[in-house]
Amino acid sequence: MKTTEQQETLSGASLAPPWRHRHILDLDDFSRQEIELVFKTTDAMKEILSREIKRVPTLRGKTIITLFYEPSTRTRVSFELAAKNLGADVASLIASASSVVKGESLIDTVSALQALGADIIVMRHPQSGAPYLVAQHLGVSVINAGDGWHAHPTQALLDLYTIQQRIGRVEGLKVVIIGDIMHSRVARSNIWGLTLMGAEVVLCGPPTLLPIGLDSEAALPRVLIETNLDHAIREADVVMPLRLQLERQKRGLIPSIREYAELYQLNGRRLKMAKPSALVLHPGPMNEGVEIAPDVAHGAQSVIEQQVTNGVAVRMALLYILARGGK
Amino acid sequence: MIQPLLIKGGRIIDPSQGIDHSGNILIKDGTIAWLLRDEGQETCLPEHCLVLDAHRLVVCPGFIDLHCHLREPGFEEKETIATGTEAAARGGFTTVCCMPNTNPPIDNKAVVDYVKDKARKRGIIRVLPIGCISKGRRGEELAEMGELAQAGVVAYSDDSDPVRDSRLMRHALEYSRNFGLPIIDHCEDTTLTEDGVMNEGWVATRLGLRGMPTIAEEIMVARDIALAELTKGRLHIAHVSTRGSVELIRRAKEKGVAITAEVTPHHLTLTEERVMGNEAAPQPLSLLSYDTNAKVKPPLRTRREIEALILGLKEGVIDAIATDHAPHTEVDKRCEFGLAAFGISGLETALGALMGLVHSGELDLPLLISKLTIEPARIIGKEIGTLRMGAPGDVTIFDPEAEWVVDPKAFASKGKNTPLAGRILKGRVMATVCGGKIVFQDKHLRLEKSHDIKERVRE
Amino acid sequence: MPEKTIMNEEDIRRALVRIAHEIVERNKGCSQLVFIGMQTRGVPLARRITAKIEEFEHAAVPVGELDINLYRDDLPALALKPHIRPTNIPTDIAGKRVILVDDVLYTGRSIRAAMDAIIDFGRPQSIQLAVLVDRGHRELPIRADYIGRNIPTSRYEEVAVRVKEIDGRDEVAIIKGEGTS
Repeated sequence: MKTTEQQETLSGASLAPPWRHRHILDLDDFSRQEIELVFKTTDAMKEILSREIKRVPTLRGKTIITLFYEPSTRTRVSFELAAKNLGADVASLIASASSVVKGESLIDTVSALQALGADIIVMRHPQSGAPYLVAQHLGVSVINAGDGWHAHPTQALLDLYTIQQRIGRVEGLKVVIIGDIMHSRVARSNIWGLTLMGAEVVLCGPPTLLPIGLDSEAALPRVLIETNLDHAIREADVVMPLRLQLERQKRGLIPSIREYAELYQLNGRRLKMAKPSALVLHPGPMNEGVEIAPDVAHGAQSVIEQQVTNGVAVRMALLYILARGGK
Repeated sequence: MIQPLLIKGGRIIDPSQGIDHSGNILIKDGTIAWLLRDEGQETCLPEHCLVLDAHRLVVCPGFIDLHCHLREPGFEEKETIATGTEAAARGGFTTVCCMPNTNPPIDNKAVVDYVKDKARKRGIIRVLPIGCISKGRRGEELAEMGELAQAGVVAYSDDSDPVRDSRLMRHALEYSRNFGLPIIDHCEDTTLTEDGVMNEGWVATRLGLRGMPTIAEEIMVARDIALAELTKGRLHIAHVSTRGSVELIRRAKEKGVAITAEVTPHHLTLTEERVMGNEAAPQPLSLLSYDTNAKVKPPLRTRREIEALILGLKEGVIDAIATDHAPHTEVDKRCEFGLAAFGISGLETALGALMGLVHSGELDLPLLISKLTIEPARIIGKEIGTLRMGAPGDVTIFDPEAEWVVDPKAFASKGKNTPLAGRILKGRVMATVCGGKIVFQDKHLRLEKSHDIKERVRE
Repeated sequence: MPEKTIMNEEDIRRALVRIAHEIVERNKGCSQLVFIGMQTRGVPLARRITAKIEEFEHAAVPVGELDINLYRDDLPALALKPHIRPTNIPTDIAGKRVILVDDVLYTGRSIRAAMDAIIDFGRPQSIQLAVLVDRGHRELPIRADYIGRNIPTSRYEEVAVRVKEIDGRDEVAIIKGEGTS
């Protein structure tokens, strides 16, 4: 029995390239076509979000469970809304840090969720590699909502989408990522995504927060490294300051927050050195007055709010693409 | 009464005597009776002698492991002296020196006696205990080294911790001169490695893991060498893993400092890329990434360090190879990389892994065997690691060409934590003899009775 | 695979003209109508019908497009066509008469999905269905109000509708599939 769609296929419509992922763990194994597929699907999801009834029954009957071992209201709610908008059943588990002692409890926990009928698990965990462990040992699909310092693919995808939407392309843009690169999963995933889509990436931060091996050819795609923000930001098309965690100062990596802000804050003066059309992104939540000046955060060039809206649409697109992969 | 054993027709390699030729060895009353070049005759055979046909096999002194963790007393879920010595025997080891990070730690005669007693009753090869440097391994006060020496330890160490306090290290090196036993240090400046889980470098950056820089080892190696020079104590560096350490040890030896060093099979054969999964194709990351079986201290490093370590072995800067066998339970390893225990279960794969270096031409076989036999024997000052007449009947017989697949489930060790699972190794122990008794024998190996052979020959 | 042309360009043109007139006649004018073409080929067909209506009624009729992928009842089949095409409903459909346009009516499942989607957009006064081809084999109680041509087919055949806007030519062909002589 052939459906209309299949009939269209036979009569000559072209097939989109196959999606190869059972899990979304990082962008390092994505192709350009897959990212473009995500963008197109996100466009469709944005249309749904523009309706009065922001809901379609596509993932009806599917169970999506979010498992967050790190606090994060924003990302978790973003995923929950995305799942609900697609008609899926959603449950959220917030494991407090104290219940995370050994990973056996991680595998056991996810194993139980799988037994409860989860089709997709969205997980955030403070240990790099945790979602790989889960994906290796269990059959359920895993979306990485952030693992340690390692990856945050859905954030990078929504950043890419936001840039694409506002500027029309990513190819050839100069993107400057500022701050604590060493501990940033947002930076790492963005490096993969941006270089794949043809952007030039500049990483800028204090030497103590730039990890070793960034310039190794084997390591990561080619990026430029700079410790002076006034140099780095010249003619930038996109500027992305990263959240500075206040405990970095406690660990002796920077002498004080004040000095960090003095040397690395994205403020109006510095933003003027970028292109006049430059976009300001931020993965959130922001430390206003630390890595970003309040007037820049809420200024005309800031697309931070669009990032949040796009975040729900991107996550809907990913849940949709992953869920329809079948068993 | 152990039956006499004739090991016939093998390639006998005994670096202690500079021997490398085919021949026959007779072990009688637990010691080496004679060793003769192959003349194809079964003359002078005692009654009811067992005959092991070692045709096409290498016959050498039983291996000596200067550094392994038998976990008993206190951590019997990870390993016991029984299972650990069984694993050692399968790996061709006839003597192991066990580290004192047990519970209670080996810092007094009672625990030494416990270990020796257990080894006598349940162990199948020779177990030589290593005593703590500090009381309780707490790194504060010297342990009663005299009592420990009398009880029979062969060295002192606070492994898996370094001796952080330089003053304590100085006193340990000075005081131990009384007993002529080496101080073995696990060199790691923990203020630089704090919370680190693998080598510091591009792989750690790639994986988002905190790294441990090479200088963390080198800083302490340099400190220990300076202290050894000052105190004239005997220093032994455990599991050397960096180029810089090799260089420091080289210069120290040139100056005449009483220093020896060891390296592990895994540091000689695996790089940090093993943490990413398949070393041949590490990127993009697969579900096999963040492999906790590759999590070890000191960490697996780079090709550059490996080349320096191999050169160090060849030049004699690194005296011995020791496994640092560190078995763990599945619970300790089957978890997030950052939370997993450090350590590799290495007794049963040591020879196979090291033979890779022989087959690739990086090391020659007699040199390798010396690093596992006479050199470790010299460090602990025992008359083993040799096939001299009268020496203990400790012999290892292995097939240098036999290929086999590493299957941790088949290990005798309780520790299945090996980064070599599923790999094909070329080089396999076929039999291990300890004190004249066959403690391990491959199922394909045939033993015959001399009586039967004489019957056959007569016909 | 062997093909047989059932309708040529002229046949299609005449059918669409007839449908346009039928729609206006039955609805007594076009003031309350909103056309929604189903992606993909229903969209140009809807546009042609409304263009024709504008010609003889001298009044503009709104046309929208609808992709029903998100409303399907057979999720794994989506693997064939992962791209979701645009959905654009230009006006508020509440109280209006929606004319749903598709190229081929077969099992009826796509139409059911379309009706679910439309109702999510608002509450129309009614929904009517216009199709170029009805090939039979309904699996749900769905019928078309306006039909270009009835073409009885067997389950082993495919009906290929080609339109200039997408395929470069106008044609309806039957393709014999496997399992037939």
